[in-house]
Amino acid sequence: MRRFLAGFAAVAAALIATTQPAAACAGLIGPNGAVNLLRTTTFAGYHNGVEHYVTSFQFAGGSGQFGSLIPLPGVPDKVEKGGAWTLQRLIRETTPIKGFDSLLIRSAIAAPQGAQVLLEVRIDALDITVLKGGGAEVGQWATEHGFRLPPAAPEVLDFYANRSPIFLAAVFDADAAKARGQRIGDGTPVHVTIPTANPWVPLRILGLGKSADDRIDADVYLLTDQRPALLPYPLGNGMRLDHSAVATTSLLDDLRSDKGMDWVPQTGWLSKIAIDASASQLTYDLAVDAKGSSPSRVAAGLQAPAGQTGSSTGGPANDQIALIGIALAALGAIFLLRKSQPVIG
Amino acid sequence: MIIRTLVGLALAVLAASACTTASAAQLPTHVGIRIHYSHFDQTKIDVPMGVPVTFTLINDDPIDHEWLIGDEAFHARHRAGTEAVHGDRPNEISLPPFSVRTTTLTFDKPGPLTFICHFPQHEAYGMVGVVMVKP
Repeated sequence: MRRFLAGFAAVAAALIATTQPAAACAGLIGPNGAVNLLRTTTFAGYHNGVEHYVTSFQFAGGSGQFGSLIPLPGVPDKVEKGGAWTLQRLIRETTPIKGFDSLLIRSAIAAPQGAQVLLEVRIDALDITVLKGGGAEVGQWATEHGFRLPPAAPEVLDFYANRSPIFLAAVFDADAAKARGQRIGDGTPVHVTIPTANPWVPLRILGLGKSADDRIDADVYLLTDQRPALLPYPLGNGMRLDHSAVATTSLLDDLRSDKGMDWVPQTGWLSKIAIDASASQLTYDLAVDAKGSSPSRVAAGLQAPAGQTGSSTGGPANDQIALIGIALAALGAIFLLRKSQPVIG
Repeated sequence: MIIRTLVGLALAVLAASACTTASAAQLPTHVGIRIHYSHFDQTKIDVPMGVPVTFTLINDDPIDHEWLIGDEAFHARHRAGTEAVHGDRPNEISLPPFSVRTTTLTFDKPGPLTFICHFPQHEAYGMVGVVMVKP
């Protein structure tokens, strides 16, 4: 059983990508706790039991570092720089006139304590660390490595860790980006490959660090072998199904020709889910059943995993339910300023 | 885990005593406050005036918090403050992740005092409580 998880990437992408103008660099979460997110685009493809997430982090200018934590449905095989046009091509498929958005990431690494570091990768000015641990462990790791997590983080991290103890921490170094010659608006696409049985897309994390009335805009593209079943069904609650149709041959050919995208099948189903919600509306994730039958209520965050009481400190959650979601999206969510930016009263 | 459990039990005992309302003489002089998921587990506490009251503060979260108690003018200053960590002032306690801190205060005037975590967004998230000093 597998499904795919698209959300993750999408989310992540959203977080990062959304960072825009000036304030962006100050961080997704500024010294006053404000989060500036715009629209993000993420692609999640599921084929042959493997999830492929492609998202992008956009350099918004400024200096310093900011980062994000993203819940993942499973342990990734690879985290690498993504292709150059996958996201843009998807946008063009469903919104022909729309311009291109690029994304990018930056990161910084950290050494784990409690949480186990599974993988460390540097992509351009972005340092990515894949962690395994419970919400408390991952939260502590993040705190010790300079993330300033918003107050909702402890509960939200547990919410995800109860399903999958895998997280991706990304730290974007704006100074390094400038040194590399990256310009504002330049994006760094990231491609995460995750073998998983059940996909899901983290959406709740997009609201992390935001006020209840703040808006969250994100686009999630899903490519599955056949028409997927979604939960909750994109109708109301800030979720909308903007596109659902057999993927065109030209799209699949174009995607397949991008870097790292040779896995794209000859046929497939393309769905586009648009998130246009207030942070208080996003209390769920997007569960996907790639075979079109019954998405998991647990994966959608509508039901706690069996045996979970709601606040755990770690431990592997239900690997079967592998969340596909790479919650990259979360960017928005958990992204926080590094401690170097002081605070408090 | 064991430490957490013991601390939890201690807090429960302290909390139970703190919940007891009666005359000032019967009010608790030891109060336990636990922080979990960025919320204080007690938000209304009665304490006696003119007697040392010891607060045991437990941060059960993986993120930093603080416990600052004072009047409105005090909090107005801290909302715009820039101190990342608080030092020796007994009414300004920094609480690193998974930490326990104890502080003792003697309140010389009756009335309400508010305790708040002034980290960005924490007050709006609900990290606010009131200590009512009773003669």
